[in-house]
Amino acid sequence: MNWATLYAGQRDMELEGAPGTAWPQAGKAVPTRGRSVAIRLDGVAKSFGERAVLDDLSLTIEAGQFVAVVGRSGCGKTTLLRMIAGLEGVSTGQVTVDDQPVVGLRSDVRLLFQEPRLLPWHRVLSNVGIARGSGWQAHAQAALEDVGLGDRAQDWPAVLSGGQRQRVALARALVSRPKALLMDEPFGALDALTRSEMHQLLLRVRVEYGFTAILITHDVREALALADRILVLKEGGVARDIPIDVPLDLRRASPALQRLERTILTEV
Amino acid sequence: MPAPRDVLISWALPVLLVVAWEIAARLGWITSRILPAPSAVALAFWVNLQNGELLHHTWISTRRALYGLAIGGGIGFVLGVINGALPVAEKLTDSSLQMLRNVPHLAIIPLVILWFGIDESAKIFLVAIGVLFPIYLNTFHGIRMVDRGLIEMGKVYGLTPVELYWRIVLPGALPSILVGLRYALGIMWLTLIVAETISAQAGIGYMTMNAREFLQTDVVLLGIIVYALLGKLADMVTRWLERRALAWHPSFQPQGAAAAA
Repeated sequence: MNWATLYAGQRDMELEGAPGTAWPQAGKAVPTRGRSVAIRLDGVAKSFGERAVLDDLSLTIEAGQFVAVVGRSGCGKTTLLRMIAGLEGVSTGQVTVDDQPVVGLRSDVRLLFQEPRLLPWHRVLSNVGIARGSGWQAHAQAALEDVGLGDRAQDWPAVLSGGQRQRVALARALVSRPKALLMDEPFGALDALTRSEMHQLLLRVRVEYGFTAILITHDVREALALADRILVLKEGGVARDIPIDVPLDLRRASPALQRLERTILTEV
Repeated sequence: MPAPRDVLISWALPVLLVVAWEIAARLGWITSRILPAPSAVALAFWVNLQNGELLHHTWISTRRALYGLAIGGGIGFVLGVINGALPVAEKLTDSSLQMLRNVPHLAIIPLVILWFGIDESAKIFLVAIGVLFPIYLNTFHGIRMVDRGLIEMGKVYGLTPVELYWRIVLPGALPSILVGLRYALGIMWLTLIVAETISAQAGIGYMTMNAREFLQTDVVLLGIIVYALLGKLADMVTRWLERRALAWHPSFQPQGAAAAA
C-alpha cells in the first residue's frame, strides 16, 4: 500500500485579506520564497523493538504548506515528527528535507515541543538566543518583538505565564529563520483563550517567516483552524489526507468544516 | 525583616540565661572550674586576641578545613560529574563508593594515624574523606535529575557537548550541589574538631586541649564558641552563594516578582 498523495493545491502565503476574498484555488503554482522546504517520506517504517509504530508511510509535503497531523495518542504522530527533525532514525525507507536525506539535526528545521523547555537559569533573551552566533542579542530581541514579548527580554522564565513561555519557545525557534517548523502539540497545555491567541500569533508569524509547518495535534478543531491540509494518522499509516480550501477568516462559520470535523472525529 | 518586638522576644531567653549564669558564677554557686562566668570567657577572648594566640589557632584550623574541603570536595565533584554523565563509569564505581560511604569516617582514625602519623596530612585526609561523600552524592543526584527535555532541546539547537555541560547540565545540577556543599561544611568542622582534639600542635582543638591541661575552662569555652562561629560563618557564605547563583530559582526571587507576570 502506498499512501503517496501528492497535494495539488498550494495556497498563497498571504493570509490577510478582506473577508470574502476569493481563496486561491487548488492547482495554483507554488510560490517560491526560498524560505521554506519540501519534506518527503518514502516508504518509511519505524518500529521500537517488536512494536511497529509507522508502516510503509509515503507522503510529500510541499514547501510552504501547513499540515496538521491528527490521530489518537500512540498512533505514531510524535515519532513521525521526530524522524523529520532528525531526532529519531527510520527503520526502513527515507526522509528527505529539501531533497536531502535526513541524517541528523538540521539548523533550518526547528522543533516546538509540548513543553516550552526554557532554561530557567537563563533570562528570556538568553533563552531565545540559545544557539548564540554573532549578533545573537539583536536577532533574539527581534524574534521576541515578533511574538509580542519584546519588553520581557530581561525577565526570568519563572515569572512568565504558560502562554508567554510557549511564545518565548516560539521566538527561540524563529531566531534562525527556519525553513520548516515542526510542532508537537505545543498548545495542548494552554487554556482555550490563550490557545486561540497562540493560533493567531502562529498564523501571523507564518506569513512573515514563510516556513513549512507541521503541527501535531489531537484537537481536530485546532487542525481545522490552522492547516491547509490535514493528515489523519491511524494504525501506522495515513488514513485520510484532506486538503482544506476554506479561507482562514471564514473557517469558524463554515458548515463544510463542521461536517468535516465530525467525520474526522468518527474516523480517528 | 522580623519586627523589632519579635527580635526582642527571641533574644530575651538567651540574654536572661547569660545574666543568670553570670550571677550564679559571681555568687559562687558554680565553681569556675566547671563553668566560668561569661565575663571570664569574654576576658579570655580579649587576652587571647591581644596576644595573637586566638587568630593564630583559628587560622591554622581554617586552613586545614579549607584544604580538606578543596581536596575531598574536588574529588567528590569530579566523581559525581563523571558518574552522572557516563553510565559506564557509574556501573564501575558507584557501588564501591556507596560501600565506602557507609563506613563512618571517624572510625578510620586509628588507621589514619598509622598511615600518616599525627601530621597535618592526617587531619586534612580525614576532612577530605568526610566531605567527599555528601558532595559526590549531591552532584551525582543533581546531574541525574537535570531535565532530559532540556538536554534534548540543547541538542536540537546545536549546542556542543561542552556547551551542553556548561549551560544546561551544570546549572541544572547546581541547586543540588550547593545542598551537598552546605552538608559538607557541617561535616568539615565536625571532623576537624575531632581530629584536632586527638593530636595537634596548633589549631583551635589544640588550644582547648592545652587549656584543659591547665584547667583553663574559660579558654575551653572560648574554643567551643569559636567553632560555633566558624560553622555559622561557613553556613552564611553558602547561603550567600545560593542567593547569588540561584537568582533564577523561584524560591530565591523577591516576593511579588511572580505576581508581576
